[in-house]
Amino acid sequence: MAGILVYALHYEGAFNKNSLGAVAEAAKLAGELGTEAHAIVVGEGIADDLAAQLGGYGAAKVFKVEAPEGLAQPVVDAMAKVMTDNGHDYALFGGGLLGFEIGAGLAARLGAGVTMEVTNVTVQDGRLVAERPILGDSAISESRYKGVGIIIGRLNAFEVPASTGASAPVETVAVELSPWSTKAKLVKRGEQRGADVDIEGADILVAGGRGLGKAEGFEQLQELADAFGGNSAVAATRAVVDAGWYPYAAQIGQTGKTVAPKLYLAAGISGAIQHKVGMQSSENIVAINKDANAPIFEFADLGIVGDLNKIVPKLIEAVKAKKGS
Amino acid sequence: MAGRNGAVAPGAYPPPVDSPNEFIKRQLDPEDERIEVGVAIVGGGTAGLATANRLLQLLADDPETLERLGEVPVAVIEKAKVCGGHNLSGAVVRPGPLQELYPEYTREQWREAGWAFGEVTKEAVYMTPTGKVALRIPTPPPFKNHGNEVISVSALARWQQQLAEEGGAYVLTETSATQLLVEDGVVRGVRTGDKGRGKDGEPLGNFEPGTDVTAQHTVLAEGCWGTLTGAAIREFDLAEGREPQVWELGVKEVWKVPKPLDRLIHTIGPWPLRISAKYGQIGGTWIYPMKNAKGEDLVSIGFVVDLEYADATTSAHDLLQQFKQHPLVRKILEGGERIAWGAKALPGGGYWSMPKLTMPGALLVGDSAGMVDTVALKGVHHCIKSGILAGEAIYAALKRGSTDLSAYEDAVEESSIGKELWQVRNTRQPFQKGFLRGGPGVNLQIATKGKLPGRKEWHRNDAKPMFIGSTAKGYPKPDGKYTFDKLSSVFITGNATRDDAPNHIRVRQNVPREVAETWRWMCPAGVYEIPEDAPEHGNVDVIVNYTNCVQCGAITAKGGRLTPPEGGDGPLYQIT
Amino acid sequence: MKICVLVKEVPDAAVTKRIDPATGRLDRSGEKNLNPYDTHAIEAAMQLKEGGELQVDEIVAITMGPESAVRALHKAVSLGADRSVHLTDEALAGSDVAATGYALAQTLKRENPDLVLLGQQSDDGECYTIGAVVADHLQAPSLTQVIKIDVAGGALRCERQAEYGYDTVEVELPAVISVGDAINEPRYPSLKAIMGAKKKPLDTLSTADAGIDAGKVGAAGSQVECGNFKAPPAKAAGTIIEDEDTGETVEKIIAWLDERKLI
Repeated sequence: MAGILVYALHYEGAFNKNSLGAVAEAAKLAGELGTEAHAIVVGEGIADDLAAQLGGYGAAKVFKVEAPEGLAQPVVDAMAKVMTDNGHDYALFGGGLLGFEIGAGLAARLGAGVTMEVTNVTVQDGRLVAERPILGDSAISESRYKGVGIIIGRLNAFEVPASTGASAPVETVAVELSPWSTKAKLVKRGEQRGADVDIEGADILVAGGRGLGKAEGFEQLQELADAFGGNSAVAATRAVVDAGWYPYAAQIGQTGKTVAPKLYLAAGISGAIQHKVGMQSSENIVAINKDANAPIFEFADLGIVGDLNKIVPKLIEAVKAKKGS
Repeated sequence: MAGRNGAVAPGAYPPPVDSPNEFIKRQLDPEDERIEVGVAIVGGGTAGLATANRLLQLLADDPETLERLGEVPVAVIEKAKVCGGHNLSGAVVRPGPLQELYPEYTREQWREAGWAFGEVTKEAVYMTPTGKVALRIPTPPPFKNHGNEVISVSALARWQQQLAEEGGAYVLTETSATQLLVEDGVVRGVRTGDKGRGKDGEPLGNFEPGTDVTAQHTVLAEGCWGTLTGAAIREFDLAEGREPQVWELGVKEVWKVPKPLDRLIHTIGPWPLRISAKYGQIGGTWIYPMKNAKGEDLVSIGFVVDLEYADATTSAHDLLQQFKQHPLVRKILEGGERIAWGAKALPGGGYWSMPKLTMPGALLVGDSAGMVDTVALKGVHHCIKSGILAGEAIYAALKRGSTDLSAYEDAVEESSIGKELWQVRNTRQPFQKGFLRGGPGVNLQIATKGKLPGRKEWHRNDAKPMFIGSTAKGYPKPDGKYTFDKLSSVFITGNATRDDAPNHIRVRQNVPREVAETWRWMCPAGVYEIPEDAPEHGNVDVIVNYTNCVQCGAITAKGGRLTPPEGGDGPLYQIT
Repeated sequence: MKICVLVKEVPDAAVTKRIDPATGRLDRSGEKNLNPYDTHAIEAAMQLKEGGELQVDEIVAITMGPESAVRALHKAVSLGADRSVHLTDEALAGSDVAATGYALAQTLKRENPDLVLLGQQSDDGECYTIGAVVADHLQAPSLTQVIKIDVAGGALRCERQAEYGYDTVEVELPAVISVGDAINEPRYPSLKAIMGAKKKPLDTLSTADAGIDAGKVGAAGSQVECGNFKAPPAKAAGTIIEDEDTGETVEKIIAWLDERKLI
């Protein structure tokens, strides 16, 4: 029976939010195709009722496989078996590194087509069509599959709805792992590296440029990032890194890092293209600059023309208040 | 060196540079650390590659002489990522020398190869008295281009590189030449640049030192502002008895246009330049039609200004943006898309400013030697011709078993290069008096085809006292679609110099405002900035964003110095 | 042991990329360069060789690409590879990720390497995936996003970035490892190495030579059809606030953020 199989990554008793988004997306698409979305969970000693929770996001059934966690190849073995036995037409992955590895390996195993960095999936003529940005996000390309299609989403591409609370039936599947799938052993998983904040993985970035006036300006930005809390970090433009106001690891732009957080708040940044190319895919861009002519106002979603030295302190208070409430 | 009204000359604030000592290495590395080549050509541009091409053509039929050059008969050392990456010109070229050097290729094949864009069949020269009017004038003889070919020197260099490699040359791209090797008064080759140094010159983890490349003959083909050429000129007194060199700066864009341009256009101003002698602005523009191998209609448009000017706010890049607003240009570019931008300085002194072309162990070709006819705005065909003559001179010397290349000097003098440059040797100097006062003198020279005797002098560009004028008031605010700012222009050149690269620009960091403003406006890449809180008058600090640098060379004319950057840095021009 | 490094020639990062209207594919006529991530892979191979813990006898650079791809191989050799292999064939044009991985795997089978290294992504769109495809065909363990490789016994102890932080994974050889740019600082080739590169052995293979089933590669053999390029959805124009009463301005900002569930 045709259908969509979604990989749900889990860690320490919770599902990865990108996976949940993928399950919901698959359920929606399966509905349009007149078929079902199933989920698959692979790991060690996964409780049935954890797996069943995926029903709340739209999974009609959840396959559970006992195998080493945190590695791609055992999942390739698992998904290949389930898809071959059950005839799924598509596999869907939420954004995330493991998904890329699994999806690609699965494509090789099944002789299927795979598309990565997908931002949107539609149904056309009874088939799934995946869209992905190309050429530095300046164009969108559509992928169609001759046979089985493997779709790997971009980070945060699929919305995560609230769970309906529904429970899905769980089917345990025994999978014989390929010999090479056991040749990689996870020694340590999920080590946090304290001081090194991951700019690229942050949900909210508060970035500072020359308009801050001095290196101390970054102290305020750090306060603002802390006020937002969660997965927030401070970033910088090349100009201020050059001036020694902030470390190179936080530099965004053509010669720095490329980011696409949910919120990019730019304070005192003019928005020259060398910087823009590093952050233009951010979901929401807010800019504070005293120069109304600054190029950043041409692509910011919310632009505030004003003195950041007046605005930022008040904003910090307001964010703290809002979060506290 | 203050002029009237406190105007200051950049030349009074020389950069911290010690030429020739910094750029000459007198003690060679031990033999096993050197690389020996037959002929070392510094610069993989039009002239350098023409030299390689010609020499290899001759050696192809003479295996015995070829053997004398050793394992690496010809090495071309080019600092850009590929040959052509740092090359830029108008360009409408007299086909003769190209046909002479590459006889098996037809002009149609030039176009298929992607570096030629059509023969000139129609042309027009306009005066622009205001921003709204264009007056067509009878085409002055130097501007007659019927039968010439519109090309891209950047694309041409890539083609020449291919031919050179097929002919057996080693083209070492991403490699800069930072020093001339001179031993006992003879040029022995060049030292290539280090890689992997940090901001302050400190060796980083992946530091790779340069190498001494020794050669039987060295060709300096560095183009405008050759660092080693400058050092050689000082070391060997090659400029003795010559006029100083002067420079012009050109900023160019290439556009894809909705309808083909039907004619080759030059405009000679005065708008948007000022005609007042006080401003000292001389310049003009070109607009050339291009049809590429895919059949797409393109246009090359550029603004050239003599670096002679006195108003510190003169900016060739912004003048080009301003010029585009003229209805004459709007008609051509509107609805189109900018696909390239670039900037480059060119030597404008002509005949009297050309240095002696040979020294023991080396010779000069192309723009390095100042072989540009700035009246007709032509130098590419001279680059090719000088490459041919240099290749032949070196071949002849190799056959004789001699190192004497002085025959090259005479060959250049007697060739089309010498003849054409001789004819216009005094033509542009009158412009130093300003557009109005100088105009008649220039016209007289053109009319008399250079038959009037005498030698007119040139004044150094950096000796001109600068004042803060009002040229900038006319610059349009960039809209990002038709007019552009400097940073987004630098971006499309593909310039991605690493952030911790050492600073290759030498300027005094604290200079009078007039000098700092001169640099800020002049630099097409926005390298020089003045801090917001700097005082209005007196000395100011200069911020040098050297990673923006597209290596046009203009700074060297006006008080600073462009030194060889790390190989591989800078723009990656493709169609300029 | 033998290390094979997979390299790719990609449009230079500096070049504005566009779709060629004539072919409907990425316009690759502009400047090309060795994929920067692959230079990290070559450097990783060199460091393993120079580290002495593994007896590395040979580093082979392998690429699949048109004629011009030899430049990428020359560069790889100048950076330390001992020889190179160029897989080139008309039949391969238009291959998707899975087909490319298959073709490379067949080429690798001829070499029988102990370790395959490659850059985790390329500048022209592929990301984190070729290594996994190749590994499945070679039936070898694979990891991507690796930023540290140490030798532990005869196996490799790798650190890689993953969803929840850094993982440490021990991998038995033979294996396929895709590396990130944080793993090392690639060396610059010496002039001698650059000039010597062309002399090192370079084998050119067709699909037949490599035992590749032409029906599984190329545009026709690929399972994915890409096309229909269109412009991304136009972004709605932004809102501009001129700050006069900062208290009010900040309220508006909070409301705006709240609307979008950002706060």
